[in-house]
Amino acid sequence: MATVVTDAPPASHRRGATARARSGRRLTPRKVVLALAAYAIAMIFVLPYAEMIIAALRPPRELLDRGYLPKHVDWSNFTSIWKTGFKDNLGASLKVAGGGTLLVLLVAMPAAYYTARRRFRGRAAFLLLVLATQMFQPAAMLVGIQREFISFNLPSPLLSLILVNAGFNLAFAVWILNAYFSSIPAELEEAAMVDGTSRLGALGRITLPLALPGIVTALIFTFIGAWNELLVALTLTLGAPDRQRPLTVGINNYIGQYSIDWGHLFAGSVIATLPVIALFALIEGKVVGGLTAGSIK
Amino acid sequence: MTEQIAPAPPGTRASLPRRESRARRVGRAATPLLWIGPAIALIGVVVLWPVVVMFRTSFQHISPDGFVLGSAGGKNYADLFHEPDLKGVLTRTVVWVVAVVAVTMLISLGLAQLFNERFPGRRVARWALIAPWAASVMMTSLVFRWALDANNGVINVFLHDVGLLKSFNSNQADWLGRPWSAFVWMMVVAVFVSLPFSTYALLAGLQTIPGELYEAARVDGASRWRIYRSITLPLLRPALLVSALINVINVFNSFPIIWEMTRGGPGFQTSTTTTFMFLLKQSYIGESAAMSVLNFGLVIVIVLVFLRATRWKQQVT
Repeated sequence: MATVVTDAPPASHRRGATARARSGRRLTPRKVVLALAAYAIAMIFVLPYAEMIIAALRPPRELLDRGYLPKHVDWSNFTSIWKTGFKDNLGASLKVAGGGTLLVLLVAMPAAYYTARRRFRGRAAFLLLVLATQMFQPAAMLVGIQREFISFNLPSPLLSLILVNAGFNLAFAVWILNAYFSSIPAELEEAAMVDGTSRLGALGRITLPLALPGIVTALIFTFIGAWNELLVALTLTLGAPDRQRPLTVGINNYIGQYSIDWGHLFAGSVIATLPVIALFALIEGKVVGGLTAGSIK
Repeated sequence: MTEQIAPAPPGTRASLPRRESRARRVGRAATPLLWIGPAIALIGVVVLWPVVVMFRTSFQHISPDGFVLGSAGGKNYADLFHEPDLKGVLTRTVVWVVAVVAVTMLISLGLAQLFNERFPGRRVARWALIAPWAASVMMTSLVFRWALDANNGVINVFLHDVGLLKSFNSNQADWLGRPWSAFVWMMVVAVFVSLPFSTYALLAGLQTIPGELYEAARVDGASRWRIYRSITLPLLRPALLVSALINVINVFNSFPIIWEMTRGGPGFQTSTTTTFMFLLKQSYIGESAAMSVLNFGLVIVIVLVFLRATRWKQQVT
């Protein structure tokens, strides 16, 4: 529900908001101080990622230097990393995150649509079940997950990871899609059906396009969650070859018993992180609604 | 689905024989299952069944390479409770969760207030805020591990420049080598990665407070602090509660920070229950399952307390 609020503030807010916006044009000293404080804080939040890039661009000879910036910029970490099995890890991560996201959407969309449109026996119980799964993370039941998937003996650990990531990200998708479907009046679909469109046609032409921001949010959020997941990946890919090990596990392999290959570690981290931050910026304003499951009203 | 949604087209339904009506009633009751069944199945296989397996494993005698050697009765639990490190691990877990969540919520309250103000460039500044949320916690932790390097980590270089660090490669510079300083730095990282979500949740909460309330209070001559205490904080309560709960769950289950920065060591001296469970799992699977059961019980208690506090039913119906 918070999503809807963020997207379009109710009319009652608007007058206050425009009044505030008008006064917001003037740059009072207080505003300047606030803005500078906000910029400084924003800087702090990106600093670790700036350092990640800087470390990746350090020539090996300057890796032990004590300067904030290297004297030379060296891109070789970004070229030589492709010979270290990183490409296979990248492919594995794409499969896990892509497959997990697809599965979540296939499973969450019908459930979210039906619970938004229909009142049926067991609806509250189902939504409570979904809410409950959001409270649990794989870490709380890791041993169970490991033993279960050993007994399943699936052909590839990537399949297990797709299932686990989909399962634990389902709640977010159901909640956010439910909020979007609920906000689309059923009358719109009915009107289209009166005009001769089938129910599926009305769904495809009216409801899904209107719910697209919610679908995109669920899609990106699930993808990123699966992309960044470490604990289950570490557990289920023990002893697997590189092409069955996602990025998070692959990057951990640059940490050796006695030394750490920081250059490749950070080059890999940059490649794995920057696209994800950019993707997240697209859905930034809508994520909270799915995570807090409508309790912020 | 057609039975429920669209009126039956004339001539199809009505002409069906009477005796099928019972089958149809069964079909109607099963319709919701078509829509929500896949979700239930996925939750069942991935979330619920592992809980059962975990309980079962906690009573099994299992070899380090994963073979079940028979029942263990309560031996795994007895072993766990006799583990000399358990008390320290539990204490650290409480410190970890309480300190990280409390500091996160306090800072987030300030950040949300700041980023709710209108100033030029607010959008870009908010984008910067999400970086630690979007990036993998594992990679953020690795950057901090690198930046805390005793020889040339940038944090040490900076502390040296401002005069807080006397010499590199010293005991003082080796932040991650001493259990308590390592633990404090890991809590700093945990706060850092928890701030974006909390701030955004509180921002969403702030935006639901009608502007009229503030205007009315201002007309009445209330001070800024008074307005904050009497209007903002009480109306922010739901947002505060839910983001605090989500943080408690996340921080309690957090694995990558400790794993990447100290691997829970030396010994188990920087472990929380989550990393302790993971380390046990490498050789004592049954005992690790017992630790998991304990973790799981703790999460349930936290969630139940929260559900009572917020009355979930209002959200669901």
